[in-house]
Amino acid sequence: MAEPARAKPKPTPETQHFWDGTQAGELRLQRCGACANVYFPPRPFCPSCASRKVSVFKASGKGKLYSYVINHRPAAPGFTPPYAIAVVELDEGPRMMSNIIDCPQTPEALELDMKLEVAFEKLDDKITLPMFRPAKA
Amino acid sequence: MRRNQVAVVGAAETTELGVIPNMSQIQLHADAALNAIADAGLKLSDIDGIATAVETPQQIAHYLGITPTWVDGTSVGGCSFMLHVRHAAAAIEAGLCKTVLITHAESGKSMIGKLPRSIPADSLQGQFEAPFGVYGPPSMFPIPVLRYMKTYGITHEQIAMVAVVQREWAAKNPRATMKDPITIADVLNSRMIAYPFRLLQCCLVTDGGGALILTSADRAKDFPRKPVYILGTGESVETPMVSQMETFNSSRAFKVAGPTAFKEAGITHKDVDHLMIYDAFAHLPLYGLGDLGFMPHEETGRFIADGNTRPGGKLPLNTNGGGLSYMHSGMYGMYALQESVRQMRGIAPAQVKDAKISVCHGVGGMFAASGTIIFTNEK
Repeated sequence: MAEPARAKPKPTPETQHFWDGTQAGELRLQRCGACANVYFPPRPFCPSCASRKVSVFKASGKGKLYSYVINHRPAAPGFTPPYAIAVVELDEGPRMMSNIIDCPQTPEALELDMKLEVAFEKLDDKITLPMFRPAKA
Repeated sequence: MRRNQVAVVGAAETTELGVIPNMSQIQLHADAALNAIADAGLKLSDIDGIATAVETPQQIAHYLGITPTWVDGTSVGGCSFMLHVRHAAAAIEAGLCKTVLITHAESGKSMIGKLPRSIPADSLQGQFEAPFGVYGPPSMFPIPVLRYMKTYGITHEQIAMVAVVQREWAAKNPRATMKDPITIADVLNSRMIAYPFRLLQCCLVTDGGGALILTSADRAKDFPRKPVYILGTGESVETPMVSQMETFNSSRAFKVAGPTAFKEAGITHKDVDHLMIYDAFAHLPLYGLGDLGFMPHEETGRFIADGNTRPGGKLPLNTNGGGLSYMHSGMYGMYALQESVRQMRGIAPAQVKDAKISVCHGVGGMFAASGTIIFTNEK
């Protein structure tokens, strides 16, 4: 038996563009053509004004640390505690859950509002996850 | 909804609380239901409306032998029972049924006959939260709290005091799971679960259940127990994804449910004698005090740390000991409702003297859902 693996996302027709994006090294968001709202998670209409005229664009990949926990127990399969589960506020507005890499998983190192940038971590041939690391100054 | 048109006439918990290795989850439902029916002096055949969560209403109705004319399977997490009370009150007023049974039970500790919970990999949570290591409520529910603390200047010691004060209430309650006094240092030195929260800031894991029986206020006066009237109600939902809340500085669902109930009840915060705020984790009473409008969020930590919610304080809060010290089978809302009913009947182990209005506020599915019920013992 292999080691228990991290939960792996399974794309749907509405989210496929996002997961295609991470594989291509892009963080993709959606923008409403009617009201200019930028939103996440993916869906083929604007959750602000209900317009179906929405487009996908490549986000800057920059954001800041909005909040987090450092999980000790119980640990999710595929994770070695302690590990931070973070919510990142993207420069474009939406927030997303992620992990913070290249950074000690401690309260001292993980300062709220610290600047972050996206990094991509390949899980397998189909799925690449968007992770974040401290932005280079 | 009109005030005081519907009343609780039966209320009971399971015969045992805590670790109950000799009963399956469905039997815990039945145990609580039979106790509530006895409390109301009714027969099962008198019940014509049924509501429950997680377990389906058809499962519970059939197990108990009930043929309902009104059914509610609203299942939005631990506050589902607050929503059931609200929906049942509306249904009774509308004439859809006369006597409603609401049941909750979970074999949360012993896990006997408990339905599995899983997150499908192609759900939004499965795609955009589960891959990042969330694993059960302790890893999810506290995610907003560091932001809340920074925004409002709340300290770790102030949040630790939530657990300390609730243990003081639990010490007065023979049925509470944890009764020994604790200090701020005990809380802040207990085992780390998910920083910033430690063991004593996380709810218990127990077995148990509870049930309520509601009927119209004009019938309620003929029952053996003092009626507890429904004065105001509110409900809302926000998102099942904690990462997608509008802000971590408050709960949108709280801010809809709470004020809706206060408006319906026609009361102000000064009128509240007794308060329950569902405390799956120690930050929830702070969010509740702020979002229900008792005070600005900046003051919630200090208000609790100063002892205002402890026995003898001006706003008695979570007087059974709460999910942190009384019991928590997974969906605690029913136990908060039971304590409000006991306080309004005047029979609570830690009875608040002359209490006439009780506010009972629930949360469900992390911050996904909320329900608020305001009770009174005066018509």
